Amino acid sequence: MKYAYFPGCSLKGTGRSYEESLLPVMRILGIELEELRDWNCCGATAYMSVDETKACVLASRNLAIAEKTGHRALVTPCSACYLVLNKTQHYLKEVPAISNGVGKALGAVGLSCHGAMPVRHPLDILLNEVGLDAIKQKVTHPLTGVKIAPYYGCQIVRPYATFDNAYQPTTLDRLCEALGATVAHYPLKTRCCGGSLTGTMPEPGLHCAYQLLKEAVKRGADLLATVCPLCQFNLDGYHDQIAAKWEPVRLPTLYFTQLMGLAFGLAPTQLGLQRHLVPMKPLLPVTA
Amino acid sequence: MKDEPEIRIGFYVCHCGTNIAAMIDCQAVARYAAQLPFVAVSRDYKYMCSDPGQELIQRDIKEHALNRIVVASCSPLLHEHTFRNATEKGGLNPYFFHMVNLREHNSWVHSDGSKATAKAFAQIRAAIARVPHHKALEVLQVPIHPDVLVVGGGIAGIHAALTLANAGKKVYLVEREPTIGGHMAKFDKTFPTLDCAACILTPKMSQVKSHPKITLWSFSEVVKLDGYVGNYQITVKHKPRYVNEDLCVGCLECIPACVFKTPKFPDEFNQNLGKRKPVYIPFPQATPQVVLIDPEVCLNLKTGKCKQTCVEACGDRQAIDFDQRETFDDIKVGNVIVATGFKTFDAHRIPQYGYGAFPNVFTSLEVERMINTSGPTSGAIVGRDGKHPDTVGFILCVGSRDEKTNKWCSRTCCMHSMKLAQLIKEHCPRTEVYIFYMDIRAPGKGAEEFYDKSLRMGIRFIRGRVAEVTDWAVTPEEEGRLVVRCEDTMAGFVRRIPFDMIVLAIGKEPQADAQDVRRLFNMSCGTEGFFLERHPKLAPVSTFTDGIFIAGACQGPKDIPDTVAQAGAAAAEAMVLIDQGHIEIEPNTAHISEVDCSGCKSCLPLCPYTAIAFIETTKKASINAALCKGCGTCVAACPSGSITQNLFEDDEIFSEIAGVLAYE
Repeated sequence: MKYAYFPGCSLKGTGRSYEESLLPVMRILGIELEELRDWNCCGATAYMSVDETKACVLASRNLAIAEKTGHRALVTPCSACYLVLNKTQHYLKEVPAISNGVGKALGAVGLSCHGAMPVRHPLDILLNEVGLDAIKQKVTHPLTGVKIAPYYGCQIVRPYATFDNAYQPTTLDRLCEALGATVAHYPLKTRCCGGSLTGTMPEPGLHCAYQLLKEAVKRGADLLATVCPLCQFNLDGYHDQIAAKWEPVRLPTLYFTQLMGLAFGLAPTQLGLQRHLVPMKPLLPVTA
Repeated sequence: MKDEPEIRIGFYVCHCGTNIAAMIDCQAVARYAAQLPFVAVSRDYKYMCSDPGQELIQRDIKEHALNRIVVASCSPLLHEHTFRNATEKGGLNPYFFHMVNLREHNSWVHSDGSKATAKAFAQIRAAIARVPHHKALEVLQVPIHPDVLVVGGGIAGIHAALTLANAGKKVYLVEREPTIGGHMAKFDKTFPTLDCAACILTPKMSQVKSHPKITLWSFSEVVKLDGYVGNYQITVKHKPRYVNEDLCVGCLECIPACVFKTPKFPDEFNQNLGKRKPVYIPFPQATPQVVLIDPEVCLNLKTGKCKQTCVEACGDRQAIDFDQRETFDDIKVGNVIVATGFKTFDAHRIPQYGYGAFPNVFTSLEVERMINTSGPTSGAIVGRDGKHPDTVGFILCVGSRDEKTNKWCSRTCCMHSMKLAQLIKEHCPRTEVYIFYMDIRAPGKGAEEFYDKSLRMGIRFIRGRVAEVTDWAVTPEEEGRLVVRCEDTMAGFVRRIPFDMIVLAIGKEPQADAQDVRRLFNMSCGTEGFFLERHPKLAPVSTFTDGIFIAGACQGPKDIPDTVAQAGAAAAEAMVLIDQGHIEIEPNTAHISEVDCSGCKSCLPLCPYTAIAFIETTKKASINAALCKGCGTCVAACPSGSITQNLFEDDEIFSEIAGVLAYE
C-alpha cells in the first residue's frame, strides 16, 4: 500500500524521532509513504486564527500537490497538520468564499485543488487499513510488563472525530495492547498538553503538562504514548522547570511509532530514542 | 355544462383579521374577481368563517341565484368543511364549493404586498376557471364496527381500554411485554404528590384483567392491519411464553423448583440490576399473573436435557408447555388507539458522563428501581461497589435539549430527578444531594411547590451543563470518587465536585421500532420520530388516518396526568365514531369506467390502500370507494385513461392550470 505523505515542519525538526520511527515501522508493515515534493508549511493553528482564507490557501497548496500524485490518501502524522488539512478540506466544500479565494490563488501558480483527497492519520491507517492482527504478527519483542498511559491530545479527535470517539478514544489503547503492553486507565487522555502556551504563557502551559505527567505517574504508568510532536515536546522538554515549580514527575513520553519499532525489534537509535530528554533505557530491558 | 343552467359564481375573499389583509389588497382582489367570467357576486369580508360570513354566502345563494361558490381564505384543512356546510345550507350541493388558500400559500410566506396581491389574482383566476366544471357529488356512508383495539398496555393503554370498556365497548388490549403496566409499573412514587405508583396502578391493571368487555393479550403484537375506518381487520401474533395462560394460576411454585437454584440472568424489569431465573414473573403484581419461560436461557428449551423440575412442581395443572408455538388471531375493529409509549435514552451515547465506564454512574430509571422496596436492593440506595453513597449528584438533560443527541425537552426529568432526590433525602437525611440543571422546568399542578420543597429540604441546585464525570482526582477528598466538572453559571466559575454516586436523568425517545409501527398503522412521525397528531392544538389524539388515534408518550414526552388525559381523549374520540354508527367518506375518490377498462391490472399493485380489486367475472378492475383515499396514483397510471377521480377530473385540472397561467 502506498500513500502520499506530508511530514510537516515538526517531523523535520523537534519531532525528528517521530519520522525516524514512523517510516521504518510503516515499511515493515508494507506501507510506503511517499513524501510530497516541494511541500510547504501547513499554516498551523496560528495562521487560521489570523486569516482563514490565506491559511486555507497555504494548506490547500499541499492538498493540490497531493492530488496530483494520484494516491488514495494523504497521510500526515502531526496532529496540527492533520487538523489544518482536514479543516481546509471541509472549508473548501462548505464555505464558497474560501474555496473561491483558494481557487484563484492556486490558479495563479497553475495548481488546482478539488478537495477530494482524504487526509488521514497514521493511527487511522494502522487500525483500519493494516489491522491489529497484522501488527501483532510483526511483534517480536512484546512490551510485556510495560504500563503505558495512552495520550491522544486534542486535535486528532476534535473536532473531526473521523476514526475514533471524541471523548473516549480507544485506538491508541488497542494498539498498545497489541504490542503486548499494559494500558493504564488514564482519564486525561484527551486533555490539553499546554500547546504553544508553554512558549507564550509558561505558567498555565506548564501546569497542563505537569497535570498530565502527574496523573500518569499516579496511575502507575512507565511512560506516556503520544501521537503528536507538540505533545511530545511539552511532556518531554520541561521537566526541570516542572520539578522546580511543583514536583518531579519524570516520565518518558514516546511516539506510538517508537513503541511499535521497539516491539518489532528495531534498535532504539534506529527510532530516534536517543533524541529524547527523559531516557527510557532502564524501562525497556526487552529491547536488548 | 350545456344542459345545466347558466353558471353564477359567488366569490368571497376573507381578510382573516390582518393575516391576509395586511399583505394582500383584499378589496382589489374582490374588484378583480367581479369582472371574471361567470362571477355574479364578489365580496371581501373580515372573517368569512364567522357566522355572519357563512350567512352571507347562504343569503347570496338565494338572492343572486348562485350555483357555484369560491372562498379565498385559509387552508382547506381548517375551513373547507365550514364553507361546504354553508354552501349546503344555502341549498347547493356542497361540492359546488371550491377553496383558495390565500393565507398559508400566500400572505404568510410573502413580504412584498403588490407581488402577493398579483399572485392572489392568479390563484383566484384558477379557482374561478375550475369551479364551473364541478359536479354534484354524494357523500358515502360506511358503518362503524363497535369494537376497539388498544395497542400498548402502559398507563395510556390501560386507561383508554378501561374508559371504553366502562362505556360498554368491547376492547382488545395488546401488549408486547409479558405484563401490562409499562414504565409506570417500574416507578416507586409519583411526583408531585409522592403517592405510591403501584397503589394507584395495580388496581387498574386487575380491572383490565377481570373486565368482561376487555380481552387482554399480553406477550402479543399486532402484525397486520387492513381495511379502513370503521372496518379494520387486524392480525395479532401471540408469542410463545411456554406456559399455558389458561392453566397457569400464578402460584409461582415452578420458580423455586427450577434447576437453576439461584437467579442468574439479567432481570429486565429491574433494569438488569437484579437477576432472575429462566422461568419467572416480571414483578409480583404482573398482569396477567402468569409465569413465562425465557427460551434463550432455559436449559430444556436450549439443550433438551433438563430434569424439568418445573413441570414436576406444576403437577396436575400441566400449565408448562415446552411445545408452545406462535399463534395468531384475526379480529375486526372499527377504531384503533396506539399507545406504544417511549424508550429511554441510552446513556452510553454521551461517553463523557461515564455510564458503563464507572460502576457508580446510574440512570434515573435504575435508581427508580433501586429505591422501590420491591426492587433489587429492597429500597436501599447502594452503589455497584456495595457502599451507601454519602453524596449523590444528578445530571439533568442527558439526551435532552442537546444539539448532539436529542433536541427536545423530555419534560419529566426535572420533576423525576427532584422526586428521586427527595426520596434519597427521606431514606437517608444525611446524604448530600446535588442537582445539575440548565433550567428547572416544573410546570403543572403542584410542581413549583415541589421544587420549592426540594430547596427547603437542602437539595443543592447548580445551574450549568456538566462537562464531564471523571475519576481524575486533584485533591485528597476527590480521591476514589467521581468528580463532576461543571461551570456554575450562577457563581461564575468552573467547579469540581466529588460524588459517590452519579445519576443521569435520561431523556425520552421514540420506541426503536416506531417507524415500523408508523407504517403498520398508516401514521406519520414528526422529525424527532414521535407519532404525529393531526393538529397540534385542535386534534391532539387524532392521526391523519381516520379511526387511528394516539395517546401517551408515543406522541411525545409527557407525564402521567397528561398521558391519562390523552388516553381518555382518544377513548372519547373513538366513541364518537362508534356512537355515530357510521362514517361519511369524502367523495374525492377514483372510479373506473368499466367500458374503457382493458383489465390490464396495472393499477392493482400501485394502490397504497389496496382499494382496487380485479373482478374475475368481468375481467375489469374495480375501486372500493370506502378504501380509496383519493391519492390519484391509479388515475395517472391507467394506460387506457379509464380511471377518473372526483374533484380532479381532467377538465377541472386543465381549467385550473389555464386560469393560473392566464397572465394579462
